[in-house]
Formats: sequence, structure tokens, C-alpha cells
Amino acid sequence: MNIFNYRLVIFLLATIFAVVFSIPSFLQTDDGKKISLGLDLQGGLHMLLGVQTPKAVEGKIKSVAATIKYFSDNEEILIDELNIKAESLSFILLDSDEEMKLDTMLGEIKGLDISKSDRLSYNIRLTEVEKEIVKDLAVSQAVETIRNRLDQFGLAEPSVTRQGKSDIVVQLPGIKTPQEEQRARELIAKPANLELMAIDEQRSDQVYNLTDEEANEYGDRILADSNDQNIKYLVKQIPILTGSQVVDAKVAFDQQTNQPIINFTLSSFGAQVFGDFTAKNIDKRLAVVLDGKVFSAPVIRERIGGGSGQISGNFTVNEAGNVAIALRSGALPAPVIMLEKRSVGPSLGADSIKASMVALISGFLLVVVFMVVYYRIAGIVANIALITNIFIIVAVMAMFGATLTLPGMAGIVLTVGMAVDANVIISERIRELLRQGKSIHKAIEDGYKNAMSAILDANITTLLVAVILYAYGTGPIKGFAITISIGILASMLTAILGTHGIYEALLGRMTKDKNLNKWFGVK
Amino acid sequence: MVWGKIMEIFKTGKTYSFMAKRLPFLGLSSILVIASFILLFTKGLNLGIDFSGGTLVQLQYTQIAPVQDIRDILAKNVKFDKGVVTKFGSESEVVIKIPTSTTTLGKDIGDEIREILKPTGEFTVRRVDMVGPKVGDALQEKGIMALSLALIVILIYVSFRFEWRFAVASILALVHDISIALGAIVLFSIDVNLDILAAILTILGYSLNDTIIVFDRIREGINTSKESELTKVVDSSVSATLSRTTLTSLTTFFVVLTLYLFGGEIISGFSFTLLVGVIVGTYSSIFVAASFLVQLGFSISSYRANEANKEKRKKEKDRLRAQFEQGMV
Repeated sequence: MNIFNYRLVIFLLATIFAVVFSIPSFLQTDDGKKISLGLDLQGGLHMLLGVQTPKAVEGKIKSVAATIKYFSDNEEILIDELNIKAESLSFILLDSDEEMKLDTMLGEIKGLDISKSDRLSYNIRLTEVEKEIVKDLAVSQAVETIRNRLDQFGLAEPSVTRQGKSDIVVQLPGIKTPQEEQRARELIAKPANLELMAIDEQRSDQVYNLTDEEANEYGDRILADSNDQNIKYLVKQIPILTGSQVVDAKVAFDQQTNQPIINFTLSSFGAQVFGDFTAKNIDKRLAVVLDGKVFSAPVIRERIGGGSGQISGNFTVNEAGNVAIALRSGALPAPVIMLEKRSVGPSLGADSIKASMVALISGFLLVVVFMVVYYRIAGIVANIALITNIFIIVAVMAMFGATLTLPGMAGIVLTVGMAVDANVIISERIRELLRQGKSIHKAIEDGYKNAMSAILDANITTLLVAVILYAYGTGPIKGFAITISIGILASMLTAILGTHGIYEALLGRMTKDKNLNKWFGVK
Repeated sequence: MVWGKIMEIFKTGKTYSFMAKRLPFLGLSSILVIASFILLFTKGLNLGIDFSGGTLVQLQYTQIAPVQDIRDILAKNVKFDKGVVTKFGSESEVVIKIPTSTTTLGKDIGDEIREILKPTGEFTVRRVDMVGPKVGDALQEKGIMALSLALIVILIYVSFRFEWRFAVASILALVHDISIALGAIVLFSIDVNLDILAAILTILGYSLNDTIIVFDRIREGINTSKESELTKVVDSSVSATLSRTTLTSLTTFFVVLTLYLFGGEIISGFSFTLLVGVIVGTYSSIFVAASFLVQLGFSISSYRANEANKEKRKKEKDRLRAQFEQGMV
């Protein structure tokens, strides 16, 4: 009667859209948007990392102390007992005439909460607002740093994203072996905190007799040698320079020993600070400290002006490479810890794909055959809707750039089972009306009308559950919720609108034929 | 032919008197639910690492996995002596579960296990999952939130679309289904991970689907028929939807069954839970949900009176508005 009715046209348009946009995913072509496989299907490493943000506040205090030290040395302002205690620092200003000058300088550093007890004894901490800013910055900087490191590691498509207040999600699909995985993890975790520190030459001899607390009171720290835990150095607590002033780092080989070493270059400001310090401290020692361990402590022979230096130690080439990458990409402003890790070998992923494909195809065939046997041509119509439904799910997921995970696959399998439900309900209603002796036209129209409220109520409630699942789920559960939701919405289009359109187009033939068994399986 | 007979059942349009037997069915359901609760509170759920935190390592050996050797080696190590070793899917694969996790990124439990198990033969590490205690707790909290929120939303939606007794009856049916599914999970010692939570929520959606379609028919029966005895309307509605309920359940059941049989070990817990859920969900939407409705004392006459009242008020409002608008003109 009405071959190109509006329902059929919409359905056909949707079908064309679905087929076109799902081709890249089915054929896995190079261009075009396609569904990417989740780590559980293609293998890889997923990690949830936590940034220990309080450490970033301590780091900030340390750098403020270094600035005060550099400023007072340069301007020849006499200060004493410069001390750092976790989240605060204190010192005493000896020359009261310099108070204005010092306060102006401190005023230029944002976010400081300065209290002076008897005018000249300073106690400085960060304001609460500044603390939050520092913590927040630490997380975004950690994301940036980890991303840089992984990029230089040479892995395909590493993904590093922030989650919530202080967590970071790292996904590495390219990891193939546990060894590779371990190296990637070590690279991420490397704090790469380079510090150039002055040795406290006055008290250096007593280093083996001091406790950490005593050293702290002198404004010093006891650090161990990188090769031998038993060798200790007494260094001044406040570093001359930190890794933040490093602009480049490369692996090189020592000309005499042929050991791998790391050459680093400082920024121009860093070079100036370094030059000033070395000029004033000839014949004293300078400690090169990486992540709290002294790698070397050479004696300064002359002013070092070029702004470059080297780290030597018993590195393997791999280790030296990791350190260089870590230095280049910047230090982690705070340590990161592992909260959750999921790593899947590529072979397991391939097995999972195979298994779920077998389940999907056999489940699908079963439903398709059953529908045709039971409903005859009405079953074929329902099957067309079902196939389109799967194409739409794939196309929509591809358009959103969604990833297909194992639970997502299960979601599609389940949708196959449930998507026919709408057509079962409709077909049952039509059969009921036909048995009551209604005309085919009337039976179809009323069948759809009667079935509608049940289908809508049922689908809306399932959709609500899927939305809650999406809101409260993590990774894989979200994937499951997405496929189910898309499947439900698509089934409204295919199973309700689409099949109705097909029936309308076939109505002329059906009324002429009058063979209810052939069309609806009604005897 | 058996097939022909099955087809016949759905074609006769016969009305079965389900409600006359509602008490035995409710009794059976109560026994199952109580048994499930006893299992839940005595044996308890076997929380997997997703919720309890810990480490899971899956190894595939080139030969038959030397389970005893692995256990011996782990037992000697203080860190891993609480490890549980089980075969996984095939003879050559094992899963090792350890209740602790590490926070360092460098060398983690997975790496250590790989090293100490080197003497047991050639193997590949197929999977290492590690969940810290904080994450596990957060997931547990989120899981419970998701379940309760889903129930509340359903309660509101069904009350809005039907009537409060329908909502309560459908929630009771859901609690019934989920309790029994949980009971089965406890009985078969299935590890409860995120995928099981997804399965439980799917059962919730599926069973609700079934129940609503039956309730929709009951609502239709109330609105269109002259029958004023609830049990009769319920019987004819449940009977009318029986073919649909059975058909959809069968197709879904077969799909889930193929998922269970061919889906591999990793999703077997998920598909098993669904399998139980489909059976229980179908049973409850035919025999239990409507029984609850009857037991809750839903009365057709007062429902009709209520609906008529609503209609009258609406008409009154329309009339007033029409008058008002006419007055304006």
C-alpha cells in the first residue's frame, strides 16, 4: 500500500548511517572513527595512581627556602638558623635594618603566611588557599610529567588522564611483556629529584656521629652514597639548585671508564646561580644528589660558568636512559603510589575476543533461527531489526570513540537477547488480534498501539538502571552500561519504528495473500 | 511432536488460575529467600580483589600447571603464604590470589611472584590485577550506592506510572530475585568482583522488564475489562503474557547459556549469575510479583474510583480553564 512510509524511510536512513559508520570498526580500517579494543581485549597495562600531594607542599617550602637563601647571600643580608620543618620554615634575621628589603622580597612570593614572633624571628608557611593550589598543580604537573616520560619511552598511544582530586589513570595498550611493564612502571615512578647541594665542610668530619635530628638542627641533612649505603655525606639542607632548572639531559659515556653517565644542561637562571655559587666556594665540595642519594661529590676547582654538569654512578645503559628521560621531562612534584593495577597479556586478550565472538555469534544465530521458526516472516522482519540494532550499536560507539571491553561484549550479547523482546511483545499482540478475527491492517495498528506502553515502561526502567550503572561504575562497568543504553535506544528505533515501517510497506501483499501462518506463524 | 505441543501451549489463549495457588508459590519463594539469607550470613560472599583489595596473578604453563609446587613455594614465603592457588579454566592455567597489594610502582607483587616461581617451569604471565584497599572500599561503597539508588528510582518511576502497590510489589520481586541470585553466588563460591555487580544490576533490569510487562497487562485489564475481582484480572493478564514471557526468557536464556558455555573462564562468573537471574526472574514475574500485588490488598474498585476521580478533576480543570479563556476573550 504505502511502500515508502515515513517509518520505513527513517529506518532505512538509520540503517545506512549504521552500516557506513560501522564499516571502519568491522574491517578495522586505518582511517575513519572506529571502536578501539579495551585493554582487557587487546592486552596492556591499566593503572590508577595516587599523587601524594602533601609532599608537594613540602617541596614548595623547600624551594621558598632556597630562594630566601640565594637572595640573602646575594644581597648580603645576614640570616641565621634557616630551618625547614615539613610544612613550614623558620629563620632569624640578624640585621634589623634589612627588614624592609627582606619583607619586600618575601612579599613578591605569592601565598605565604608569614609570622614574626619577636619581630626578627620569621616563621613561614603556606596559606590554605596556596596549599590547595600547590596540591592541584602537583597533580596536573604529574600528569604532564608522566605523559612526557611515556612519550619518550616510545610506546604506542599511552593515555594519561587525571581522575578526581589526586588520582591519575595511566593506560598503556602497547605493553607486551612483564619486563617491559616493569620498566614502564619504574620510569613513571622515578621521582628524578635532582638537587645540587653544598657539603657542610665545617661539620663534615662528624657525619658518622650525628643523628638525623642533630643534623637537622644545624640545618644539615645526612645522605647516603648511591653505591655504598655506608658512606655518608653531610649536606646543607637547602639545595643550591633543583632539577626544575634542568633544561636538557642526555646519556653519554665517560671517556676513561666507558661507563654510561648523564650530562645535564641548566637554564640561564640556573647557570647564573650555579656560577655564583661555585665562584664563592672554590676548594669546597659540591654534592650531586638524585632522589636523596649522593651520586658524586667533587671538589670545586674553579667557577663553573657553562651551566652544565654530569651525574656519574654505576648506571646500566637502561638506567641512565631512564634517569635522562625523567630529568628531561621534569621531576614529579610529589611521589606517586599505585592504587590499582590491571595488566592483561596479549594472548589472554586474544582468547577473550575469540571466546566472546563465539558466544555472540552462536547466541545470535540461535535467536535468529528461533524467531523465523516461530514467527515465520514476522520473525524475519524482527531479525532485520536485530541486525540493524547491532550495526547501530557499533556505529554509535565508534562515533563516540568508545572502547569495547569484555563486559561491553557481554552487554551486546545481552542486548541481542533483549532486543527481540520488543518484537516478541508486538508479534504476540498482533497474533492475539488476528486470532480474534481482526483484519491484518487493524491487527498491526492495534498490536503496536497495545504493545507500546509495556515496551516503553520496560525500556525506560532498564535505561534508568543503565544510567545509574554508568554513573557509579568504573571503567569496565561503564562500558557495559554504555552498550546496554545504546542497545535499548537503538531497539526503540529498529524494533518499534523499523518493523512497523516494514509491515506497512508489506501490507498490500499481506492483505492479498491472507496466509496468516506464512506471515505470522498463526495456524 | 513435542515442538508442536510447545507451540500449542501459547496458542490456546487459555487462562490459568495462578492466583489460586499463590500461597504455595510465595511459600516456596520465602524458603528460597530465607535459605539465601542464611547462606549470605553464614558462609558469606566471597569478595574478590575488586572489593576486598589484593593481588591476582594468572599464569599459563606450557605443560600441566604444577599446582602443588606453586603452593609449596608460596607457603615458604612469609609475604605470600596466604596466597590461594586454583586451576583456571584449563589444566595448564592457574590463578594465584593474594590478599595484599603493594603501592610501589617499581617492583610489585606480580614481579616478585614471577621471580620466585621461576623454578616451577615455563609459564607466561597472562594477567596481573592489583587493587589497593582504598580502591576496594570505594568500589564497595559505590556498588551498594548503585544498587540502592537503582531500587529507589524504580520505586519512584513505577509508582508514578502505575500505583504504589505495583511499585512495592515489583521491588519485592526484585529483592526476591537478587537475594536468590546472591544465594547461588555464595553456594557456588563465586568470586564477587565488578562483573558480578554488573550481572546483579542486569538481573535487576531484566527481571523488572518482565514484571513491568505483566503489570502493564494487569493495568490494561483493570482499565478495559468489567471484571472487578483482582485475582481474575491477574490470572488472565499473566496468562495472556505467558507466551511472551516464556519466549523472551528462552531466547535470553539460550544467549546467556552460550555465553556461559563458550565465553571463557573470565566471564563464567558473570554468565552464571545471569543464568540464575534469568530463571529466577522469569519465575518471579509469572508467579511471585502479581502474588505480592494481591497480598498487598490492591483493590480494583478503589483504583477505578481513584482514576475516575482523577479524570473528573482533570475535566473540571479543563472546563474551568475553558471558561476562563472564554471569559478573557
